[in-house]
Amino acid sequence: MPEERTRPGPGQRARRVPLRRQIVPYAFLLPSGILFLLFGLIPIGAALVFSTLSGSVTIDPDFVGVGNYARLVSDPLFWEALRNTGVFTLGTVPVAMAGGLFLAVLLNRPLPGRAVFRTLLFAPMVASGVGVAVIMSWIFNGDYGVVNNALSAAGASRVPWLTSTTWAMPTVVLAVLWSRVGFCMVLYLAALQNIPESLREAAQLDGAGPWRRFRSVTWPLLAPTTFFLLIVNVVFSLQVFDLLFVLTGGGPGFATTVLIQFVYRAAFAQGNMGYASAAGVVLALILVLFTLLRFRASRKTEDVA
Amino acid sequence: MPAVEPGSPAWRPRRRQAAGALVLVLLTSITLVMLFPFLWMIVTSLTPNGQATSPEFRLWPADPTLENYVEAFTGYPLLTWIRNSVVISVLGALLSVTVSLMAGYAFAKFRFRGRTTFFLAYLLTIMVPIQVTLVPTFLVAVNLGLVNSIWGVILPGAAEATGVFIARQFMMSIPDELMEAARLDGAGEIRTFCRIVLPLSGPLVAVLAVLAVTARWNEFLWPFVILQGDDVLTLPVGLASLQGGDLFSTPWGTILAITTIAVLPVLIVFLVFQRQFVQGIAGTGSK
Repeated sequence: MPEERTRPGPGQRARRVPLRRQIVPYAFLLPSGILFLLFGLIPIGAALVFSTLSGSVTIDPDFVGVGNYARLVSDPLFWEALRNTGVFTLGTVPVAMAGGLFLAVLLNRPLPGRAVFRTLLFAPMVASGVGVAVIMSWIFNGDYGVVNNALSAAGASRVPWLTSTTWAMPTVVLAVLWSRVGFCMVLYLAALQNIPESLREAAQLDGAGPWRRFRSVTWPLLAPTTFFLLIVNVVFSLQVFDLLFVLTGGGPGFATTVLIQFVYRAAFAQGNMGYASAAGVVLALILVLFTLLRFRASRKTEDVA
Repeated sequence: MPAVEPGSPAWRPRRRQAAGALVLVLLTSITLVMLFPFLWMIVTSLTPNGQATSPEFRLWPADPTLENYVEAFTGYPLLTWIRNSVVISVLGALLSVTVSLMAGYAFAKFRFRGRTTFFLAYLLTIMVPIQVTLVPTFLVAVNLGLVNSIWGVILPGAAEATGVFIARQFMMSIPDELMEAARLDGAGEIRTFCRIVLPLSGPLVAVLAVLAVTARWNEFLWPFVILQGDDVLTLPVGLASLQGGDLFSTPWGTILAITTIAVLPVLIVFLVFQRQFVQGIAGTGSK
C-alpha cells in the first residue's frame, strides 16, 4: 500500500512526506517498542550471552564458551527431560488434534444447540493451568479421588495416578488433553464451515459414501489447518509449565520433568543461571524450528482460503 | 408402522434422523464428561470438608455448605490475592490493548524506515518462549526495581507481541481513504487515530481485551518468579503455593473453593464474550 504518497500541502513540494508525518509511525510504535526492547529483545540477547557464562552469572562469572552446552550433552537428567518432552508432545498433540477433528465433524451439521456445544467444549481452554492442575490432582487423587472411588466401586483396583512413575505421565497428558481438544475443535470447525457444501454434494452425486467423501474431499481441504494445528500444538506442548509444576512438580522422581522444568530447576532451585540459559537456548532452538514451520503454514492457509 | 425398505425413498431421511439423534447423544455425553471436572470442583467446594474425603460418591453434596468459602477468606490472604489479580488484569489489559493498538496501527498503516526489521524482531520474540528468557528478564526487572511490584507483572506482559500482530492484521482491512479524508479535513494524527481508526476497531478491542484479561488473570510462571511476598501474590500464584506447601494441611474443600474463585470469573468472562473469544482464536489461528 502506497501510504507515502500524501497529497502536497500548501508550501510543500509534491511527493515529499513532511518531516512531522515521517515521525508519526515511530511515535505510535514507541510505547510498545520500549517495553519490547526491555522485556523482549534485551533478555533474548542476554540469554545467549549467559549461556556461555558459569554459575549464577551475576556474581563474578567466568566465560566458559560452549562449556554449558557440553555439560548438557553429558547430563543424564537433560536427556531424560528431552525424552519426557518428546513423550509428552507425542502423547498430547496427535490425540488432541484427532479428538478436535472428530468433534468438529460431529458439530458441522445442522444440530439443535450447536453453539452451546461449541462453547461448552471450548470452556476448559480458558481455565488457568494452575486451576486445571488443582482440579485434576483432586480428581486423580490416589486416596480420595473420584476416579479411584469409582474404580473401587466397580470392583477394580485403585491406580496411583500421580504418584507412580508409570501412571504420572499418562495422567498429565490426559489433563492437558482436557483443555486442548476444544481448541483444536474450534479451529477445525471454522475450517469445515469454509468448505463449500456443493463440493460434498457433487461427490455424493458421484456415489461417494460418507467416509469416502471425508477422505477425498474434506480431509485434503483441511490440510492447511491440520498443519497449522500441528505446529501450534507442538509449540504449546513444549511450553507447558504451570500445569506440570503444580500437578506433579516434575515427579515422581523425574518421571514428568520436561525441558522447561529442567530450565526452571537449574535457574531457580540450583541457582545455576548460566547452565539454565544454555538449556533454555536449546529449547528455544527447537521452538524456533517449529515456529518457522508455523509461519510457512500460515502462508499456506492464506493461499487456500 | 409399515416397514421401510432400505434404499427406498423413505429410508434415507429416516436413517438421517437416526444418525442425527445418535450424534446428539454422543455429543451430549462427551460434553458432560468434559464439564465434569468443573462440576466436581464446584461440588467439592460446597461439600463439608470431612465428607469430601470420604470414599462414598455423591454427585451432589448431601448437605451443601459455604464453610469452605468462609474458611478460604478467613484462613488465607484470599482478598489480597483477588485484589492483586483484579488490579493486574485490568491495568495490564488497559496497557497492553493501548500499546498493541498503537503499534499495530503503525505497522498496518504506515511505511517507514526499518519497518521490516522491527517486524522481524517482533516475530523473533513470539518464537522464543518466556521460559527461555526468564532469567535475563528477571535481572532486567531487578535493575528496574520491579521485583515484588504489580508493575513487574504488568510491564513485561504488555511487551508480548501477539497483541500487536492481531491488531496489525485487523487494521490492514481499514480503508486508507478514510484516514486520508480525515487528514484533508485538517485532523491531526492523534485525532485521526482516536476519531476514525478506533471507532472502527470495536471487535478488535474486544478480542484484545478478552485475551489480555484472561492472560493476565491466568498467568503463573512470571508472577511466581517476580512476586515473592504474601501480600503481592496473585490468585494462581497463591493457589500454587498452597498446593505445593500446605498440601496436606489444607483441606481439599477449601483448596477447591479457592480454585473455584480463581477459575469461575474467567469462565464467566468467556461465556459473556464467547463469540469474540472463539472468533478471535479461530481468526488469529488461520491467519
